[in-house]
Amino acid sequence: MDAIAIFAVVLDSAIRLSVPLLCAAMAGLWSERAGVVDIGLEGKMLVAAFAAAVIAAQSGSAWAGLGAGILASVMLSLVHGFAAITWRGNQIVSGVAINMLAAGLTVILGNAWFGQGGRTPTLEGAARFGEITLPFAQTLREQVPGFGLIYDEVISGQSAPAYLALLAVVLTALVLKRTRFGLRLRAVGENPAAVDTAGISVAGLRYSAVIICGVLCGLGGTYLAVSQSAGFLPHMTAGKGFIALAAVIFANWRPWPALWACLLFGGLDAVAIRLQGVALPGIGQVPVQAIQALPYLMTVILLAGFIGRSTPPKAAGLPYVKER
Amino acid sequence: MSAAPIELPRWADTALVPLVSVAAALAVSGLVVIGIGESPLEATALLLRGALGSAEGIGFTLYYTTNFIFTGLAVAVAFHAGLFNIGGEGQATIAGIFAALACLWLAPLPGLLLVPLAILAAAAGGALYGFIPGWLQATRGSHVVITTIMFNFLAATLTVYLLVEVIGKPGSMQPETPEFAAHAVLTPMHKLLAPLGITLPSTPLNSAFLLALAALVAVWALIFRSRLGYAIRTVGANPRAAAYAGISPARITMVAMAISGALAGGLAVNEVMGVQHRLLLDFTAGYGFVGIAVALMGRGHPVGVALAALLFGVLYQGGAELSFDKPSITRDMVVVIGGVIILFAGALDGLFRRAVAALLRPGRAA
Repeated sequence: MDAIAIFAVVLDSAIRLSVPLLCAAMAGLWSERAGVVDIGLEGKMLVAAFAAAVIAAQSGSAWAGLGAGILASVMLSLVHGFAAITWRGNQIVSGVAINMLAAGLTVILGNAWFGQGGRTPTLEGAARFGEITLPFAQTLREQVPGFGLIYDEVISGQSAPAYLALLAVVLTALVLKRTRFGLRLRAVGENPAAVDTAGISVAGLRYSAVIICGVLCGLGGTYLAVSQSAGFLPHMTAGKGFIALAAVIFANWRPWPALWACLLFGGLDAVAIRLQGVALPGIGQVPVQAIQALPYLMTVILLAGFIGRSTPPKAAGLPYVKER
Repeated sequence: MSAAPIELPRWADTALVPLVSVAAALAVSGLVVIGIGESPLEATALLLRGALGSAEGIGFTLYYTTNFIFTGLAVAVAFHAGLFNIGGEGQATIAGIFAALACLWLAPLPGLLLVPLAILAAAAGGALYGFIPGWLQATRGSHVVITTIMFNFLAATLTVYLLVEVIGKPGSMQPETPEFAAHAVLTPMHKLLAPLGITLPSTPLNSAFLLALAALVAVWALIFRSRLGYAIRTVGANPRAAAYAGISPARITMVAMAISGALAGGLAVNEVMGVQHRLLLDFTAGYGFVGIAVALMGRGHPVGVALAALLFGVLYQGGAELSFDKPSITRDMVVVIGGVIILFAGALDGLFRRAVAALLRPGRAA
């Protein structure tokens, strides 16, 4: 394979690995910009993956699976909202609880229903999201050297949830920056008292943010189980929710940089898979674990202010108490 | 934790509210059992018999309890300083690496010297790995919650690397170290008590349990009877007031995180030195996260932590026995119960306080 073909293959797998990160990062971004810290992204994705796999297997429709995944994830979001917004509980504690609930429930229910150690039945045909070939993929590949190959391998041939995830980034950026709802939502994460004074419901805005967060986690989880894999495996999110959280921090809570951070982290993962057992000239064999550790390490270094400065929303994590 | 504006008598606050939330959590878990088509009453009976019905069961229960005492205390000490240490898993992992290295490298030493040194190494490893996030928060302003989450993953990848590439057992496909020498491990309880004429069945329960009991007393004395504990609680209650009183919140943050990490290291002492006798991947097995439930349920007090740890010990051992009889109810049920307890006793504390207040003063509920 020549260099450009290798590049196309690695880029393709980077994008595939970034899609769940991207969904969860956008989810976290919505929630945190509204002032609700969410470390339960992982749990919501896991529950969504499970619900999506179960319903897709039963109904034979991947889209029904997506619906179920989103529904399950939104339910957990509402639990988080109920604790964090209505009862002004500790948002970190609630997030930990949601992660544990999700990790336990999915295995128990999966085991009780299907008896395969927590796996769900293998999805086939329409029960799984297939690859969508964009127009002219073949023609461009044959006629335009370089770009044509990238277009066919990377841009075309992804599944519907992957394109939806990209759409989610565009929408998130647009809505947060350009609409009244987005402005109010950002305001509620910076200074809820001001929003309250203006006569707008703080709880209402925060609940809508938390629900959007649930929908996006649902999309990410569904992608994992119904598109990337052909069914649910116990603990299949494997820390992706936390890497997404890292991406949000890395991107300073902004949508477009979050896209690049997710692509970077997904790319690192793809490179780690590619470099497994390969000796690089001059460096020798790079331990895969070193590459896998990079997203976490980079986030810690960034948070410590050694590169750049992270400025989270001012009211993130703080319950809003109306003055009487 | 967020201060709820609801006033309750002290006994209700420290005992009744946690009891009610735990009861509610168990009820919810019962619903899950019903949901998968089993009888919760039968399951509870099997669980209790498995955990407490035999000397062997009790031995296993106390062995699990040991893990939960350590991780629960770790979270509790950080709570007192107003910090949320989610990094128990990572701190215990690093403690395991330190303990394993001590046991392997210092093997020529006699057991009487080697075992205490290895325990100290575990505590030092955990303390160091707790101290770094504390230091980063105190001096660089990075939040301890996020840092400890990232540190959990870093510790896990480091262990994989070490076990696969550096200290793994040669020729073994399993990522694990060679077994420690016989004099480098903790004494099992049934051997420890045999000279006293007490015969116990062979269980993983070992002398780390005594260490856990000592840790309970030590943490109580530290938090409620020492100058440092007073400083920790002051910083936890109000860092600004603490600073006015001449206590440095930055210093206390670092010290509290280090103590918290050292306590989490106790998990490694029990698992690595007491039971497995070698370093394995993922020996922390989620005990660090359940420790959060233990600390929340126990209201951060060592007595509460001990009771909550015992409850989870019963659930773990009973759950293991239960899954033999009822294969559909796996060990993961305990994770669910832990999650619901964290939600109810932690995040929805306000709801339960109000419910208890309404219960105590019918008619004029808050």
